Amino acid sequence: MRYLLRRVGFFLLTLWAALTLNFFLPHFMPGSPINTLRAQTKGRVSDAQLEQILTSFGYKPHENIVSQYFDYFGNMITGNWGVSLGSSLGTPVSKLIGQALPWTLGLVGFTTVLAFLLGSLIGTIAAWRRGGIVDSVLPSVFVVTSALPFFVVGLFLILFLTVDNTWLPSSGNYDTSIVAGFSPGFVGSVLKYAALPALTLLITSIGGWVLTMRNNMITTLAEDYIRMGRAKGLNDRKVMLNYAARNAFLPNLSGFAMSIGFVLTGAILVEKIFNYPGLGYQLYNAVSSIDYPMMQTLFMLFTVAVLGSLLVCDLVTVWLDPRTRAKG
Amino acid sequence: MTTLTAADSATPQIPAGAPVPGRRRGRGGVWRSFLTNRKANVGFGMFFVLLVMAVFPSLFTSVSDPTAPAKFTPRLTPSGAHWFGTTSLGQDIWALFVYGAREPLIIAVVAGGLATVISVLVGVSAAYLGGIPDDVISFITNVVLVIPTFPLVIVLSAYSGKPTLTIMIAVLVVTGWSYGANQMRAQALSLRNRDFLESARVRGERRSYIIVFEMLPTMISLIIANFLGAALYSVLAAAGLQFLGLGDPNSDSWGTMLYWADSQSALESGTAWWAILPALGIAVVGVAFALMNYAFDEISNPALRPVRKQRKLGTRRRTGAGTGLGAGTGTRRAAALAGGGAGDE
Repeated sequence: MRYLLRRVGFFLLTLWAALTLNFFLPHFMPGSPINTLRAQTKGRVSDAQLEQILTSFGYKPHENIVSQYFDYFGNMITGNWGVSLGSSLGTPVSKLIGQALPWTLGLVGFTTVLAFLLGSLIGTIAAWRRGGIVDSVLPSVFVVTSALPFFVVGLFLILFLTVDNTWLPSSGNYDTSIVAGFSPGFVGSVLKYAALPALTLLITSIGGWVLTMRNNMITTLAEDYIRMGRAKGLNDRKVMLNYAARNAFLPNLSGFAMSIGFVLTGAILVEKIFNYPGLGYQLYNAVSSIDYPMMQTLFMLFTVAVLGSLLVCDLVTVWLDPRTRAKG
Repeated sequence: MTTLTAADSATPQIPAGAPVPGRRRGRGGVWRSFLTNRKANVGFGMFFVLLVMAVFPSLFTSVSDPTAPAKFTPRLTPSGAHWFGTTSLGQDIWALFVYGAREPLIIAVVAGGLATVISVLVGVSAAYLGGIPDDVISFITNVVLVIPTFPLVIVLSAYSGKPTLTIMIAVLVVTGWSYGANQMRAQALSLRNRDFLESARVRGERRSYIIVFEMLPTMISLIIANFLGAALYSVLAAAGLQFLGLGDPNSDSWGTMLYWADSQSALESGTAWWAILPALGIAVVGVAFALMNYAFDEISNPALRPVRKQRKLGTRRRTGAGTGLGAGTGTRRAAALAGGGAGDE
């Protein structure tokens, strides 16, 4: 229990630190947001209106910085995130995020879980058959794939799979000629458009899981209880899965939470390459049009996503591993 | 006299290359292992070729000002004069590629090096100070570690305008030191109560002397592995930033090349090499650093070495079948945090 409280404490403190950083960044960076905005909107919006827009995310140059800070906190927590200053000027940030979120969750969420499970399985088998074919060929391959940047993999996939034949689309999220809804045609189109971005994420992220799982397994297989399991005459599969893999999996689980941050990086680059309208693409757009409220909100959400998954994995680890309970 | 004997007895302890107890190796041993490790050799070979290209680009191409636009006819197909054709802006693609090697390597060495220095300073001092200073430093380290780096890097470079090389390196260092600091702290903690440090303390050495001359040499292989990881992270992040158009668009760098190739739809308009070459270049840098990194993992953790090697231990030739510890840059960092974050508390 004490362990859990500590983790929750860490969660809250880190969230506070990240939000504070998020608040002070635009304040301490060179250049005033209002000047950038004036250039950005090319005089379409009056200065007074600009200030009003900026006010909604905490830019109040005439006000006390402390009260600004508290207002900002309140706004972030209550979902009062201001309005976008980008191409869809004036749209509430929360609405834009609501539109983008399902696409990222679907694409990135699914791919990450798939890569994690598949990678851990391959890693388990590689370590179990130490020196076998899987163990001698695949790890070297995965060292290479996990060092490849997202955009390199994405570019090559586009080059080899879409330039000459057109059955896999390289841009967008679904065929706009189909009416959105739960029809087989629409779902098929969504899957088809997600194929290449998903493949890119899978190729770049699976290697890490294979290698960590393999190494955890190698360490675990040297333990006495593995020998004990074998001595009892249990069949190989039982020893491999219930004795070794189960224990080797635990450190991987915490790694999974942390990898969400890594995956979000991938989401930004991959969504940009494939023009996939998720949160990463939104961040890219926000950054290129210097959309401060959008940037601040997205950065906050990304941090919350990482911290949240870290907390969930901590809880799961406590549930799965009695040793963490004893330690607390 | 007593000082001498104490120093003598401490000497054999100092060069412990491997963090695994009972498997001590001289400092020369780390290098020898590095030279005989096949993955390390391949990785270093790749790195060396790029290094030569970055330092002496004129050996590889006769064009001296590759970014100057409209120097040649746009969109030429590969030929003897232009090995990989020309861009739609009239630049020679091969020359752009050759000169573009410089910036990623500078970023790798400088940003990776600085991040490693900070990691060592922060990690070792946290472990050495202990108590409340340690708690505070560890907390800050963990916060920096958890905050999603790449989005932060993007936001930072957006706020600072089109960043110059210096600003980009600064941003990468600020966001890239925390993983290493955690590792250094853990390693330094495990060393804290070893006999050779105790004897140094007993013979009245200063703290700074103990840290620099007694502790750091034993951590050399971890420090190198860390440098390689940080360098890899910096190269990939910088290329990602430039690809997104958050670098200096007039610089000649592989990331910038990709940005232009992408914005001029190089893949669709018959100048595919414009995108392929820099992509390959970045991939080669990534793979080179990753291979050297894994080699160091194998060196410092014997359990992970390829199985077949054990039979011919001591011979020079090693069949590189298996692979080292860890995972991709991100997950590797991630997995260690999980250990560092949860385990340290």
